[in-house]
Amino acid sequence: MANKENGQRIPSSLERFILHLHPNKIDSRAIKFNRTFGLGGILALLFVIISLSGLILRFSYIPTVEHAYDSIIGIRDNTLLGQFIRNLHHLSAKLMVLVSFLHLIRVYYSQSIFQKRAENWTYGLLLFFLVLASSFTGYLLPWDQLAYWAVTVITQIVEYIPLIGDSLAYLLRGSKSVDGNTLINFYTLHTGIIPLLFVILMSVHFWLVRKAGGVALPKTEEKKTVDVIPNLLWKEIMLASIVIGGLFVVSVFYEAPLLEQANPLKSPNPSKAPWYFLGAQELLLHLHPFFGAVIVPFSVALFFFGLPYFRYKNVNIGVWFNSSLGKKMSIQSSVIGFVFTFILIYALDHFLHFDIWFSGLPGVVSTGVIPFLLYILPLAGYLLFWYKKHKANNTEMIMACTSILLSSYVCMLIISLLLRGEGMQLVF
Amino acid sequence: MKLNRRKFIKRILIVAASIEAIFLLKDGVNKIDTSSSKDLFNAGKADSFEKNRLYPFSTGQFFLKRFEDGGFLAMSVKCTHLGCVVNANSKTGGFNCPCHASQFNKFGEVLSAPATRPLDIFPISIEKGEILVDTRKPVKRSSYNKSQLTYA
Repeated sequence: MANKENGQRIPSSLERFILHLHPNKIDSRAIKFNRTFGLGGILALLFVIISLSGLILRFSYIPTVEHAYDSIIGIRDNTLLGQFIRNLHHLSAKLMVLVSFLHLIRVYYSQSIFQKRAENWTYGLLLFFLVLASSFTGYLLPWDQLAYWAVTVITQIVEYIPLIGDSLAYLLRGSKSVDGNTLINFYTLHTGIIPLLFVILMSVHFWLVRKAGGVALPKTEEKKTVDVIPNLLWKEIMLASIVIGGLFVVSVFYEAPLLEQANPLKSPNPSKAPWYFLGAQELLLHLHPFFGAVIVPFSVALFFFGLPYFRYKNVNIGVWFNSSLGKKMSIQSSVIGFVFTFILIYALDHFLHFDIWFSGLPGVVSTGVIPFLLYILPLAGYLLFWYKKHKANNTEMIMACTSILLSSYVCMLIISLLLRGEGMQLVF
Repeated sequence: MKLNRRKFIKRILIVAASIEAIFLLKDGVNKIDTSSSKDLFNAGKADSFEKNRLYPFSTGQFFLKRFEDGGFLAMSVKCTHLGCVVNANSKTGGFNCPCHASQFNKFGEVLSAPATRPLDIFPISIEKGEILVDTRKPVKRSSYNKSQLTYA
């Protein structure tokens, strides 16, 4: 092309735009696939796919109780490629929840959340919350039995928050129970407010990544830098092509679920929350709502937001699991957390009937404090063992705590998703 | 932390703006009451209900129970655990929730967890021998007592 001046090639405007997102040169270790697994990039891509497919769906969707379900049927049967676009939207949204969870894990375990990256961790968590919120608000829109009862169950959990719970649930639903007001609320959030917030927070998120110097890497003597174009760009294009191709192929065969129209008079058995919230629903089966809906979620949220700010002694930024001890502890405590949660849930279902044994005590104690301690104390003992026996540092200890929390949630989610049948009984 | 005048005024302004924002948001998203009927739910003549029987009203979303002594109690069909619709259990005379296996007795009190409080009740008034149920206002309660009953 003619973009040559004094032998120096001038980048095209497209290339220059890419160089606004990326630096000109980049550390060669940062573009290794197993450093980031491309998860953040996939998320950005998914956001674009979801936005575009959502915009198309918006032409045919009618957000009223009378017409919502029929308009989805219309999209499925009468619109050109309607079902394909709905499948694509549905599938990408599911994938986005999964990938953002993996991205969170990747960033945490590669120790990329400290010092100048601490602020961005907060924005990342907010974005993760937005991913869940957009997925949840979209869940109601088809107005089928699955949607109606999932949203009923979750907004009912909100009511358990003391003092503000009732009015917060009312604000969300726009009424006492899930109805047309809720549908219009969720539609507005899903197609207007949340996407707008996404764009704002994503811009800040990307900008802060650049400002922190890109992907976190361990310290090293010699640095080898390479050009972003083409080295990184080609990898990005390749990964994007694979993701887009995969999604398109699966969307042809996979059908986004649609049950019969919502019927507020008949709950399906069992009624389950959206799949990513199933861990929370499982928790509420075993713990008094004051613990299950208030103490546990809020303290876990506080813990995660506080993660970059605890007083660490030996942080190795960019080193996977901080040290080999950290790796060992993370893996082992994940496994222990998973197995222990599973056993405890099985025991609570079959042998431990605290509500009957201690029926004299108030419910907060018999079904709240006691199961809560039954979970906390053995795991605290386990962590103490690492602390005493192996002289684990607080960095590794907190990492083990995080691992236990994450694997416990995943365990509860899997139990609720796969093993809960009619009447929420455990079925193997 | 040192708090000078500028900082103080700045914070007061931020707090005032936040409170204003909350109220704007709260009232801004308010909806008009779209509940189809402004009237009370008319369940019919009080005499037509037999004693010690349970009458489900699915459109009004409540169970009307008449006890041995002739007292009426209108209980919401919504499970207090997570809002599923409970089913009447003809064996025990109580209610079972299909979603998470909560059980209630004939007064709507919890027999087995995870539900933590009895089924909500709706206020009943009786005019000209007809039972009127106010289905717009569920009343929360912590246990059953006789004063919740309405007599013809």
